[in-house]
Amino acid sequence: MSESAVEVADVVKRFGPTTAVAGVDLSLPRGQVLALLGPNGAGKTTTVEMCAGFLRPDSGSLRVLGMDPMSAALRPRVGVMPQGGGAYPGVRAAEMLRLVAACARDPLDPPWLLDVLGLSGAARTPYKRLSGGQQQRLSLACALVGRPELVFMDEPTAGLDPQARRLVWDLVSALRADGVSVLLTTHLMDEAEALADRVVIIDGGRVVAEGTPAALTTEGQMLRFRTRPGLDLTLLSAALPESCVVAEPSPGAYLVSGEVDPQVVSAVTAWCAQQGVLAEELRVGRRSLEDVFLELTGRELRS
Amino acid sequence: MTFPSGTFTPAPGAGRPLRMLWVHARTEATLTLRNGEQVLLTLLIPLALLIGLTLVPVIALPSPRVDAVTPRVLALAVLSSAFTGQAIALGFDRRYGVLKRLAATALPRWLLVLGRVVAGLVVVAVQAVVISVVALLLGWSPSGLLWMVALLALGTLCFGALGVLLGGALKAEVVLALANVVWFVLLLAGGIVVATADLPSGMASVVALLPSAALTDGLTTALSGGVPPLSVWVTLTAWGVGAGVLATRTTRLT
Repeated sequence: MSESAVEVADVVKRFGPTTAVAGVDLSLPRGQVLALLGPNGAGKTTTVEMCAGFLRPDSGSLRVLGMDPMSAALRPRVGVMPQGGGAYPGVRAAEMLRLVAACARDPLDPPWLLDVLGLSGAARTPYKRLSGGQQQRLSLACALVGRPELVFMDEPTAGLDPQARRLVWDLVSALRADGVSVLLTTHLMDEAEALADRVVIIDGGRVVAEGTPAALTTEGQMLRFRTRPGLDLTLLSAALPESCVVAEPSPGAYLVSGEVDPQVVSAVTAWCAQQGVLAEELRVGRRSLEDVFLELTGRELRS
Repeated sequence: MTFPSGTFTPAPGAGRPLRMLWVHARTEATLTLRNGEQVLLTLLIPLALLIGLTLVPVIALPSPRVDAVTPRVLALAVLSSAFTGQAIALGFDRRYGVLKRLAATALPRWLLVLGRVVAGLVVVAVQAVVISVVALLLGWSPSGLLWMVALLALGTLCFGALGVLLGGALKAEVVLALANVVWFVLLLAGGIVVATADLPSGMASVVALLPSAALTDGLTTALSGGVPPLSVWVTLTAWGVGAGVLATRTTRLT
């Protein structure tokens, strides 16, 4: 038995002229949760689809539970939640889950699972008439019903309301507690921070950072405050020590990063007093994963 | 929500093949027989033609008319469900990601195909029973039922392979349009409504090579007590095998 649930080494995948994945390495130890974090088009789905055996990489090596991801013997051991779900357009939710359950030796009880996912009321509703969130939850049920050792979830909370999102988080935590390995993709920072043992940030088909959420966010301190947008920061910069950088990343939200000590806080509040503005929500803390993410992947919107 | 410890403890394994086949084929057959458009195509139109062509002499047919009409309607039923219905369903199944979903379960690929084949045979069996009962009420006097069953089965496999070839490769809307056009053309000019022998001779020699003409001619021979000639079996098998081999290269999951 191999140590890792998933082992990806220098994997490349091209679609015509575009390189979707340009040499990704990642490793998911058994029983852990790994979040693949990245902006749209970063190569998250392509990476997961190669791990799930839907796509063959152009080069590099991929091992899932110690086996070739395309291997038929792997199928019963792995649960997959593809992006956007998957079912016959006319099939009822309960029928679809029963069909997937029939493919497993010792499945979870389908009616119980439908109930857990809040789908009991929609059990007889045809798939194409389920809401996006219901389709997403049915897809999750299909991924879990066979009691897999390893689950791939591509954007498991996309399109879910806050309650359903919380439920998915609880499920992932329960899976982890019961020894199931989970590889999920997300572009939500709080999701990665809350769920994952390890986070791999990818952008442009490459890994740009990886580590535990704590390790990724400890470097450097930050002081944040909100006040009137568009203030001139020249005077404040001059008043701060050279190690500090001040910026207004989004209108009205100001950020001082660097060595934040009591003098820095004092300088900021004094400057606000000079400007005649009140600094609201002023707080000092470590960087969030979102800060790390934006720093690494840039702030411009992707198509 | 909290879950008792051990709720999701891994216990992976594949289901029993026969149970997988049964549930998969049952699901597919149920979906077809529950879908209004599919029922219109696979049952109502063939029944309307059976009754209409038997009672209204719009085209010249040997008497008793019902004995000439029934084999043609049975061939049309196979074309409707195994080819047109199958292709359209597959086109939209791919759109909705069901093949990917099932490919990610323990269901082996051969069972995925076999389940669809069994479902297709079940639907054709239902069609054949309903059409035969109505034909008997109209005074049909068949013989050679065993040959009929064999031809319907081979015809289902042949047209099923052609349906998968079409539905597995193109966009759902294109599949929908093409599958209906092919259905209409084969119905009128493919040796079904107008027997191959009644077509102009140049056209007849081409049409005779089509699976629709082969199935219609075979069923007509069988149900009037004859033995369907070898050419019928060869034509259907060749189209089926050719389409099947091609489809394994062109069918895409999404």
